[in-house]
Amino acid sequence: MTKDATIQTRLFDWTLVIVLLLISFLCLLPLWYTLAVSLSEKSAASAGQVWLWPVGFNWNSYKQIMNDSSFFHSFWISIQRVVLGASITMIITTMMAYPLSRSARDFRLRNALMWILVFTLLFNGGLIPWYMTIKALGLYNTIWALVLGGGVPVFNVILIVNYFRNLPKELDEAALVDGAGPWRMLFTLYVPLAVPVLATVTLFTIVYHWNEFFHGLVLTSGEEHYPLQTYIQQLVVVIDTANMTEDQYKRLNELSNQTLNAAKIFIAMIPVLLVYPFLQRFFIHGITLGSVKE
Amino acid sequence: MRNTGFTKHYYIMLLPGFIWLLLINIIPMFGIVIAFEDFNPGKGFFHSEWIGLENFEYMFSLNDTAVIFSNTLTIAVMKIAGNLIVPLIFAIMLNELRFAVMKRWIQTVVYLPHFLSWVILSGILLDIFSYTGPVNTLLKLFDIDPVLFFARADLFPFIVVGSDVWKEFGFNTIIYLAALTGINPSLYEAASIDGAARLRRIWHVTLPGLRTTIVLLAVLSLGNVLNAGFDQIFNLYNPMLYSTGDIIDTWVYREGLLNMQYGLATAVGLLKSVISFVLIVVSYALASKFANYRIF
Repeated sequence: MTKDATIQTRLFDWTLVIVLLLISFLCLLPLWYTLAVSLSEKSAASAGQVWLWPVGFNWNSYKQIMNDSSFFHSFWISIQRVVLGASITMIITTMMAYPLSRSARDFRLRNALMWILVFTLLFNGGLIPWYMTIKALGLYNTIWALVLGGGVPVFNVILIVNYFRNLPKELDEAALVDGAGPWRMLFTLYVPLAVPVLATVTLFTIVYHWNEFFHGLVLTSGEEHYPLQTYIQQLVVVIDTANMTEDQYKRLNELSNQTLNAAKIFIAMIPVLLVYPFLQRFFIHGITLGSVKE
Repeated sequence: MRNTGFTKHYYIMLLPGFIWLLLINIIPMFGIVIAFEDFNPGKGFFHSEWIGLENFEYMFSLNDTAVIFSNTLTIAVMKIAGNLIVPLIFAIMLNELRFAVMKRWIQTVVYLPHFLSWVILSGILLDIFSYTGPVNTLLKLFDIDPVLFFARADLFPFIVVGSDVWKEFGFNTIIYLAALTGINPSLYEAASIDGAARLRRIWHVTLPGLRTTIVLLAVLSLGNVLNAGFDQIFNLYNPMLYSTGDIIDTWVYREGLLNMQYGLATAVGLLKSVISFVLIVVSYALASKFANYRIF
């Protein structure tokens, strides 16, 4: 290779590094900015002086939240929802996935049931019938509306099914010879082998339940039942702008309690930031293997 | 395989899941009869007056209908294009990166926004694009007058699409990166022996290696052309932005649950569901024909 070519390669490499780092930086920037605002002086934040570093550093917003019982009440509802939602969903979907991963020869109804599942993935009754159904089932205003209201996460079931199907068939035969029944096969053989996909789906489920705000909004009667995201949504996002002039809208922006809201937003991000690194190493593996069928 | 006694256990395993499926996923499907009724919650599904296609006729006579369908389509198609192309470019760049540790760190960082909710991100966006926010401060440096972004219907679709691509591009690289590991390294060696420079190798080896994946993703995204992203728009829009930002899902929510126009809202939702259903079936058929794709 000529000298020119190596210089060119180096230049290419370093440009690439810089561009990629800039883009990554851009992904973190809004989060960092929110943290900076939450730690700034109120007046500095509303005057738009905060950029990447807190102006007039203080913990006031966080201290204020410590005394905000409705924030913690909603936080607690979200925790309950995540714990119940993730554990129940994982148990039910794993149990569903095992029989559906059998061949049609082993389990005659397998294909028919699979098509029913896929159909529910493709078609739904829409918002109003769904809402009426939840109400008719008596779930309205209960934690179960939040835990079960989203329905079966069919896509996750299919991911697990496909992963199970890609495990070597010889394992089955060996376990059968040892006299293992279906329950033992599932819990002592398949579950331990499917850790990557199960961890991935667990991550998705936890994040889904933590992030979901709409069910909290429409399936509960008010603030005392709101999960954290709904609470924040009401606080930060919902502004009754109907019939508002541009000037009023501007003033409203200036009046809103930016630093406090930023602190609440930041706290609401923390659980996701905490679980993410632990489960991250699984999910690439989990998704790509689960979505490919031999 | 001998499993004569197993089937009944299979049913027990499936039971909780299918009960859940029946109650929350399947029963609402029958609720679409509301679309053909003058629905009165007091009377219920069975006793409300049957009015045939009246809700649909009314729907087509409304100006809103054309607006929300075209807004939905515009935003969704722009999102699909952005979410196919940006991750593709990013994945190719990552693939060219030679420092493995840095590559892992970058992946960790760019996947992160995918896991944050639109409530959180909308709160942040409303702040960043506010009248005194950092974007306007930045514009001031270039002598541009502050813009009231969330009062500008003309800019709204671009903010929506841009922020969605920002949130999802990292996560969407996963599938491309997986496909890239499937390209035979000897092809790159052969290309460099032939004297191909980096960019030429990308063009002649990497891109053709990703062709199937790109086509597959494009075909499968067909089912999303009426999904403009409820969570995002619901948390970003306001009445000043309805002309370009109101989409089918937000409209159905307002008309149905806030204004209690149950029949009309269900009819609009049903039209969306049916069109999406047809598109998804077509896209799966195409995908299985051309890329041998199977969902299970």
